[in-house]
Amino acid sequence: MAQVAHDAVTDADLGPFEVEDVELYHPKTFIGKYIWSQDAKVIAVQYGITAIGIGLVALALSILMRLQLGWPDTFSLIQPANYLQFVTMHGMIMVIYLLTALFLGGFGNYLIPLMCGARDMVFPYVNMVSYWVYLAAVLILVASFFVPGGPTGAGWTLYPPQAVVGGTPGTGAGIILMLISLCVFIIGFTMGGLNYVVTVLQARTRGMTLMRLPLTVWGIFMATVLALLAFPALFVSCIMMILDSLIGTSFFMPAMIAEGQQTAYEGGSPILFQHLFWFFGHPEVYIVALPAFGIVSDVLSTHARKNIFGYRMMVWAIVAIGALSFVVWAHHMYVSGMNPYFGFFFATTTLIIAVPTAIKVYNWVLTLWRGNIQLTVPMLFAIGFIFTFINGGLTGLFLGNVTVDLPLSDTYFVVAHFHMVMAVSPVLVVFGAIYHWYPKITGRMLDDTLGKVHFWMTFLGTYAIYYPMHYLGFEGMPRRYYAYGTDTAFMSQSAHTLNEAISIAAIFVAVAQMVFLYNMVRSLTKGKEAGPNPWNATTLEWQTPHTPPKHGNFDELPSVYRWAYDYGVPGAEQDFIPQNVPSEELAAARAKDEGAQGEGKADG
Amino acid sequence: MTAALIFLALLMGAVVWWLVRQTINVKPWVASAPQGVQSGVGFLPPSKVALGVLLAVITSLFALFISAYSIRMELADWRPLPEPALLWVNTAILFAASVGLQWAWRGAARENWPAVRLGTAVGAACALAFMIGQLIAWRQLTAAGYVVAGNPANSFFYLLTGLHVLHLLGGLVALAKTGGYIRMKAAAQARSGVELCAVYWHFLFVVWLILFGLMLST
Repeated sequence: MAQVAHDAVTDADLGPFEVEDVELYHPKTFIGKYIWSQDAKVIAVQYGITAIGIGLVALALSILMRLQLGWPDTFSLIQPANYLQFVTMHGMIMVIYLLTALFLGGFGNYLIPLMCGARDMVFPYVNMVSYWVYLAAVLILVASFFVPGGPTGAGWTLYPPQAVVGGTPGTGAGIILMLISLCVFIIGFTMGGLNYVVTVLQARTRGMTLMRLPLTVWGIFMATVLALLAFPALFVSCIMMILDSLIGTSFFMPAMIAEGQQTAYEGGSPILFQHLFWFFGHPEVYIVALPAFGIVSDVLSTHARKNIFGYRMMVWAIVAIGALSFVVWAHHMYVSGMNPYFGFFFATTTLIIAVPTAIKVYNWVLTLWRGNIQLTVPMLFAIGFIFTFINGGLTGLFLGNVTVDLPLSDTYFVVAHFHMVMAVSPVLVVFGAIYHWYPKITGRMLDDTLGKVHFWMTFLGTYAIYYPMHYLGFEGMPRRYYAYGTDTAFMSQSAHTLNEAISIAAIFVAVAQMVFLYNMVRSLTKGKEAGPNPWNATTLEWQTPHTPPKHGNFDELPSVYRWAYDYGVPGAEQDFIPQNVPSEELAAARAKDEGAQGEGKADG
Repeated sequence: MTAALIFLALLMGAVVWWLVRQTINVKPWVASAPQGVQSGVGFLPPSKVALGVLLAVITSLFALFISAYSIRMELADWRPLPEPALLWVNTAILFAASVGLQWAWRGAARENWPAVRLGTAVGAACALAFMIGQLIAWRQLTAAGYVVAGNPANSFFYLLTGLHVLHLLGGLVALAKTGGYIRMKAAAQARSGVELCAVYWHFLFVVWLILFGLMLST
């Protein structure tokens, strides 16, 4: 329960701002305002549109895969090589170019300055360059679709030697463009990431202590720290693989015969690549998950009209998950033939990281407990997230154990697990967040009915896709196969029928996303006027004088008096108290309330 | 992966320790008027914090390369290459570059602008000389038959030295910008720029010492 200190202070007693107000660059032309913009909010929208655009390409690729799996030998357009390319590009785009970019570049840019009470990011110019470098990375990636041989089909993990030697699709220009695109992405991200971290550390407004930050900012902040430290591992592996591929070094490439020819490579270690890749790859899961954790905490609290349960524990859990995420990477490599003690160590750390994660889940559920739950569209998505995350998290405990992982490795059980935990779960949060903040970004509400249709189609549809995949995995159906024939004769007929059903569900979910896109475009002009604070939320972005907020966010920088979760405070006039409302105003409201009660008693 | 793990363990340990100290005795649900200094905001200028973060990222990058190096060198085909004696000279030159910028930093703190100009000029010239020296070392090795793809030890030598030079090149861009401030007599920006460049030069000198030591010892 919230306590309120009755210290009567006026604004004059507060002393000077610790962070000086900054002089912003004021663009005058359309190009300066919306193209080469240095305003974090515009950059956020640029990131968002680009990420969703490239994400739609990845969505289309997944439908092509499902067409092949549901109805094999029907679509002559989809050849085995194409199928592998679709798998690879779908995975890479979704993980890096959509989710990472959208959570950190999109939501990070929009929310960090606003929620911290800053005018903008601390280095707006570098922030702008960050977006354009990201766009270049996306364009390089897209270019790989059009080069001879097409994009790489090595799987999103890009394991050597097969990513480099002939026989795999896209071993010419395709893999090189992919690796260059990733390097460019990392350079762009580092520019943005520096901004996010330094803005959170150095540009918070007066009174916004670390422990008053909304959990959204905590999640994005810690994810950025992880990304800044983990992306170099991907960078290192990309650079070394480019050299292996282009000038014939043997960092990763062993002596081998490919397509009947002895290659010039000798002695390289493919396992070294796996270590480097997963040293990045596992923190990457949390780079995507931590912002989702933060956002979902704020959405749940706001729409349950109740303070987040265990705020401090939530912060420490975020920090603990971030630190632990660097020591679990080899659980992706149990089948690589590691020392059993090594496997034991990583199984143990994997189970340990489940503890802070479980604390978060309990706290979300306890936040809902006896809350005044408003089943708004963002809330539906947030609750949906809890379900899918628990599902995916539990199967993660299965796979974290070496003995269970070995038989399930490379089956559809793994596909089901990681889609539940790091595809559907964060995507549900992305949707919830868009429904939640769209009114602030555009000034208009998204249509509620369309939103609910979108939610139920997506939520039920994704369950229809991924639940049966667990069963397929138990049956031993291997992943990354173009067709299931004589090699997989052990699969029952029902598995093939199930594949067809899954494909129908996948198309159903893809159609649901069109409803969402239509809603986004339509509501831009036809949506209901949102007003400054349609959800009666407490955080600073809802207290801006203008909606959408202008360049510079606030007329005068706000002062913060309380945490972000003062919902349902006893004695308060409304069921929420914004972070910038001083306590004496609250005390006055309480006095008025008590006065009214006293009068009521006197009347009685 | 030991080098990367040790670095990250130390770094994450520091982050966690700092965060716990900032958050352990706080009751976030208590409302109060903002008073006093709050958890380091405004304590350092953003550019210094950003440089610190950038150095952490670059350290992570080199720590991972060193990890890869130490894993790869264990394999059978690794044949160490003879490091050219010129690298010792280059090391001394890079040290001189660091000293030059330290001199400039001291000068900037005392508003001694001739010292700043001299120090930055020495820093820039020595950095350039170091790069040329590294290039000559490359040519010597190539001429002796130690080509990039010949052996993983060669590949790592070219890769690590090349990457180090690229970072120095980035530093030179920043130093050129600082030179502009010095010429324009924009005291505050010049002081801050010189300070940041000096820290970056020292950092790259330490990175070079570690890389050089690693290559000498293996």
